[in-house]
Amino acid sequence: MMRALLLAVTALFLGLFLALPLAAIFGEALRRGWGVYWAAVTEPAALAAVRLTLFAAAVAVPLNLVFGLAAAWAVARFRFPGRSALVTLIDLPLAVSPVVTGLMYMLVFGLQGWLGPWLWERGIEVVFAVPGIILATIFVTLPFVARELIPLLEEQGEEEEQAARLLGAGAWQTFRRVTLPNVRWALLYGVILSVARAFGEFGAVSVVSGHIRGRTNTAPLHIEILYNEYNFAGAFAVATLLALTALGTLAARAALEWRTREAV
Amino acid sequence: MRFTARVSNPGRAPGFGLSLGFAAAWLGLAILLPVAALAAKASGLTWREFAEAALSERALAAYRLTVLASLAAAALNAVFGFVAAWSLARYSFPGKRLVDALVDLPFALPTAVSGIALTAIYSSGGWLGGLGLPLAFTPAGVVVALTFIGLPFVIRTVQPAIEDLDPGLEEAARLLGASPARTFVSVLLPALRPALLTGFAMAFARALGEYGSVVFISGNLPLKTEIAPLLIMSRLEQFDYAGATALSVVLMGGSFLMLFGINALDARARRNAG
Repeated sequence: MMRALLLAVTALFLGLFLALPLAAIFGEALRRGWGVYWAAVTEPAALAAVRLTLFAAAVAVPLNLVFGLAAAWAVARFRFPGRSALVTLIDLPLAVSPVVTGLMYMLVFGLQGWLGPWLWERGIEVVFAVPGIILATIFVTLPFVARELIPLLEEQGEEEEQAARLLGAGAWQTFRRVTLPNVRWALLYGVILSVARAFGEFGAVSVVSGHIRGRTNTAPLHIEILYNEYNFAGAFAVATLLALTALGTLAARAALEWRTREAV
Repeated sequence: MRFTARVSNPGRAPGFGLSLGFAAAWLGLAILLPVAALAAKASGLTWREFAEAALSERALAAYRLTVLASLAAAALNAVFGFVAAWSLARYSFPGKRLVDALVDLPFALPTAVSGIALTAIYSSGGWLGGLGLPLAFTPAGVVVALTFIGLPFVIRTVQPAIEDLDPGLEEAARLLGASPARTFVSVLLPALRPALLTGFAMAFARALGEYGSVVFISGNLPLKTEIAPLLIMSRLEQFDYAGATALSVVLMGGSFLMLFGINALDARARRNAG
């Protein structure tokens, strides 16, 4: 009796807040048929937006992958003054509103900002251009790899690494052949989370992009423009691409979790 | 610094200077520099400028809506998320693994996509909007969006806590004659309270700064359905950086208080567990 009641409440809650929105995205996108759908996702502005989104993620995520490895190594293997401040700073992007992130970058790189005028004189545009979008993407994806790796490295300890060193392996060799293989699934998961976040970032990118169609429009911004033009079928068609990426992220996560559980 | 590291680290792992140097440089460029720019801009404001932007009637209405809607959403998530976490942890049912994977959808789905999807559902011609729930463009619509984006937090913090509960506790309570309701209130709930509180606080903190999923469904009417991040955005669109900065300081102050609160709750939960 209790079980049936709780399961019913669960089904209602998750149905209303998870299944229904997902169904709405695909339902709205296909409401006017496959022809309209196909035209909307292959239109040049949509393709340019998707390309820019992929490009920003392709620059930001590898940089934060290197950062995540370095930060996790420093935090998990050493005790030093300022260590907890470092960890707090890594978490900071998760606590800052995306709109505030955008404002902060405007204050550094905008024409009234700290570095903006200097860069402008040298012909380098950051805000209202692609570099600004990449910087905003770096900010919002910064925590994920580091946060996945720090607890894992701490938990694993350094005995295997010390054994490798005693057996004559160099520092880099140990890192490449002992540490990296041990953390590879957490690393992959961190990358998946970063990519999902990079594809979807909206508020911060919206502030620094300037919404120049075909040039500084990412996929989420393109959706907003189409939606505000009442081109709902088009907006939802592009939204299905991002929704499919999100579902792929969830599937990858489930597969990784299953894999780690098998390994234990 | 190097000396401290060597002393407290008898294993002498290599690469301290390289890894910390790179991490610190990257954090400095990507995070400290922008934060410092905001702090500098904020400290350059006169009290009058600050008050005009951050304490205007419109701003106060926006904070009120932001805090109340975030609280309502976090509360909804605490109640229904708890039930969902219980179902996922204790019962088996067909499709459980699929449901379990789908719980993280709000983290994975871009906020702009969730925003337009929820608006389509709850606008007057939509699936539920047409059925007597036209919540879009009202404060209730804001709560719907914030509930959606905060949904995974409570489930993901409470679910493992339920799985880790010692079954002996419940059995002992039942054997001693406690009713199921009494067992729940005096045995289970106290054990799960830290996890529930953490999940609630995380959902609340996330909701405070949310922009993308709310911008479509709220309708952005000043004084009525405008949340604080939206007001900052409209200041930015008018190139009013001073005003946007003043509002951001208030919003970030709130978020940081929450962040410290969450860390304190976490530390307490870990102390109690250990």
